[in-house]
Amino acid sequence: MAKHKISVTVNGTAREAEVESRLLLVHLLREVFRMTGTHVGCDTSHCGACTVILDGSPVKSCTVLAVQADGSKITTVEGLEQGGKLHPVQEGFTEKHGLQCGFCTPGMMLSSVALLERNKNPSEQEIREALAGNLCRCTGYVNIVKAVQYAAEKMR
Amino acid sequence: MTIAKTDAKICGMGHSMKRKEDPRFIRGQGRYVDDIVLPGMLYMDIVRSPYAHAKIKKIDTAAALKIPGVLAVIDGPTLAKYNLHWMPTISSDTQMVLPTDEVMYQAQEVCAVIATERYIAADGADAVEVEYEPLPPLVDPFKSIAPGAPVLRKDKKDQKDNVAFHWEAGDRADTDKALKGADVVVSEDIYLPRIHVASMETCGCIADFDAAQGKLTVYMTTQAPHAIRTVFALVAGHVGLSEERIRIISPDIGGGFGGKVPVYPGYVIAVAASVVIGKPVKWIEDRMENLQADSFARDYHMKVELGAKKDGTMTALRIKTIADHGYSNASANPSKFPAGLFSICTGSYDLKHAFCEVDAVYTNKPPGGVAYRCSFRVTEAVHAIERITDSLAQKLGMDPATLRMKNFIKPEQFPYKSVLGWEYDSGNYQGALKKAMDIIGYDALRKEQAEKRKKGELMGIGISSFTEIVGAGPSKDFDILGIKMFDSAEIRVHPTGKAIARFGTKSQGQGHETTYAQIVAQELGIPASDVQVEEGDTDTAPYGLGTYASRSTPTSGAACAMAARKIRDKARKIAAHLLEVKEEDLEWEPGKFTVKGAPQKSKTIQECAFAAYTNHPQGMEAGMEATHYYDPPNLTFPFGSYICVVDIDRGTGVVKVRRFVAVDDCGNIINPMIVDGQIHGGLNQGLAPALYEEISYDDEGNITGGSFIDYYVPTSLESPNWETDKTTTPSPHHPFGAKGVGESATVGAPPAIANAVVDALSHLGVTHLDIPITPEKVWRALKAKGAAA
Repeated sequence: MAKHKISVTVNGTAREAEVESRLLLVHLLREVFRMTGTHVGCDTSHCGACTVILDGSPVKSCTVLAVQADGSKITTVEGLEQGGKLHPVQEGFTEKHGLQCGFCTPGMMLSSVALLERNKNPSEQEIREALAGNLCRCTGYVNIVKAVQYAAEKMR
Repeated sequence: MTIAKTDAKICGMGHSMKRKEDPRFIRGQGRYVDDIVLPGMLYMDIVRSPYAHAKIKKIDTAAALKIPGVLAVIDGPTLAKYNLHWMPTISSDTQMVLPTDEVMYQAQEVCAVIATERYIAADGADAVEVEYEPLPPLVDPFKSIAPGAPVLRKDKKDQKDNVAFHWEAGDRADTDKALKGADVVVSEDIYLPRIHVASMETCGCIADFDAAQGKLTVYMTTQAPHAIRTVFALVAGHVGLSEERIRIISPDIGGGFGGKVPVYPGYVIAVAASVVIGKPVKWIEDRMENLQADSFARDYHMKVELGAKKDGTMTALRIKTIADHGYSNASANPSKFPAGLFSICTGSYDLKHAFCEVDAVYTNKPPGGVAYRCSFRVTEAVHAIERITDSLAQKLGMDPATLRMKNFIKPEQFPYKSVLGWEYDSGNYQGALKKAMDIIGYDALRKEQAEKRKKGELMGIGISSFTEIVGAGPSKDFDILGIKMFDSAEIRVHPTGKAIARFGTKSQGQGHETTYAQIVAQELGIPASDVQVEEGDTDTAPYGLGTYASRSTPTSGAACAMAARKIRDKARKIAAHLLEVKEEDLEWEPGKFTVKGAPQKSKTIQECAFAAYTNHPQGMEAGMEATHYYDPPNLTFPFGSYICVVDIDRGTGVVKVRRFVAVDDCGNIINPMIVDGQIHGGLNQGLAPALYEEISYDDEGNITGGSFIDYYVPTSLESPNWETDKTTTPSPHHPFGAKGVGESATVGAPPAIANAVVDALSHLGVTHLDIPITPEKVWRALKAKGAAA
């Protein structure tokens, strides 16, 4: 199978790789770069466990080919903490018990970060709409909403 | 039993301590099975049957083996050489690992491809050509149980029909008589459909056989690592894998809900592959494999009859059930309880006559009855009694809350012996329902409903006052494959006063690293932040049956307190030695022994620990550690009352949950924040089957809900803003008065929602709707009554 040389910037670091055309972005991150914070929870783009921020927009990295990401900037869960300081969304999730098993958490947090970057003061309904592409089986979403509200407050 | 509250520094029971496991999860540094990579590791992908029932004519692997990187294809005949093609289930039935002859359900494992890379293993699986001869499938359990139906389990010599087992409880003749004599009898056919846990992480493992040492290490998604080790030894002991050579490591688990209790064929194939090839083999199922082949729950067809006097006093309950177990009974029920704890079906009511029976049936579906945040059939029992109670209220024209209040077991009747044989430990059912009614404003809602009905609007209020039964269980009655259902804790206090505690259970998100540390903190006064909790490694943790059926706090939690108390007893001896007083002259408060009447003379637990290694009394064994295997004297019986308000769109049939108030009672609480989290999640897994989720099959046995496209897991948009509250009725027999809580909400919520929908339609003459109550079902009911908009 044909290989392609690609360059991406992951959490501020320039990375290069030679990949098959069919390699999914999530597998580039997890298996080539060994950044395993981004998870795989389904095969149909429904669960959102693999959500990363690609050039400013949250995307499901199981539905993006690595070659499509060539030249782009990617933020993963590993890039949220800056200089030893947690992102307010990370803080919110732990303060408000917005996670249990932790599997959906990275994707859920990245969708939340993307929401707060475009809407500083979301209503509960806006939060629920922004997270509707991320499934959680543990929390019933109540505390996830509170976690995002906590982060929004902190970021204002 | 009230529990003294420790100060925030110690953070014992009752504190909403932030979770100790969160720092790694919020940084993406959890360590789930698929995150682990071993040197030389290979990947496995599985070829699955497209047919529900077929003879395998030929498996052609030539094309697959030509793909560079594909190393082997393992099929049934390969495993048969080692007698590994069949395995026992946890319920003492048998199940194929890989078929040699026939496939019995769609998506059944047919063979497995081993390759150097994940994508190549998938290419290999695509390239395997399997020739099938389709056979007629038995999909409907009623057809399967009918006389003359072809026998599915031809592998079982004595099997003459498709009945997996018959089980019953109670006095049939006495109940028949009581029902005949009742003033009024209500009857409903109630189906609880097949559903799937759909934990966000699917199942998988890495099997790593070290030929030089003859040792097998398996990293796997399991809720019960010790039990799995024993099962592996039973399955593979004859090929040299004896139990001391097997190590099961259960790393971080991305949700379990019971779906990670059984041994699935994929695990065993990966182990066989690693043993044969001599390299680590990783198998991670994808979501469609997960939804189509693993861990199904419910599938109970119940005929429920309830008799009562004219004044509403319930007199007799009879339930007859056909249970669809698929092609094997692979559920994880205790051996004396093949239908789990279904005989809790008299629920919260003082019923004097009851009988229930279950006929479990084989069909051409994957093994069912396995798991969905309660696999012990309590959900089925609660749905039956809570639904039929509303039918009785409707028939008598009584308010469902009044009817419940009238029939509840009264607080002074506890401990209460139920007619079907359980001894309920403690309860205050009136208190919980009253609290829920006050919070939601029940009377005002009934008025609003009456007003809305006048305007033709559909609004319903549903109640569920459930009794749970958890914490299996006392060894005189409870075992799995003969292993008694105790559980364990081992605590070691280090010289500097910090501790490590290990358990036979395994958290999958429940927060054990935090709650168990808080139990140690409560009992010893060592700050919870100084207690490291470890689970899931069979080489280091004491033996236990694992985490499912809401049993961790009732069993391992209790063991933790008992082990800590052994340590405290030793610390007291050391403190007496250090202070040169008698033991009985010392007073204990969490963290400190003080000489009675001389408050300036004291020794902290940390000082006692240091002395245990540096200055222990002559004749005393050095060190400070203890192990306890806790055999619970009884189960615990958490309970609650839930009230749900729904609004229904007459045009579309869409049900909207407007409010949902959950008042739970799980006795004394270790961490209120975590308990609320458990309730929230449980409520969502009650909402899901009530309104959205179902795994269904067509007549050919094709699964019609086998991906997240069709299997409707609720998102943040469908999920209401759950309102929770508590009452506290401690368990009298648990060391710190706690009861299990993980599954209460999943058990209690579905009938509250179903009752609310039926209540909204009751004035039209609707008495029952089966869950999931989809818009289509509601619309059809409205249409049938001439009431659709």
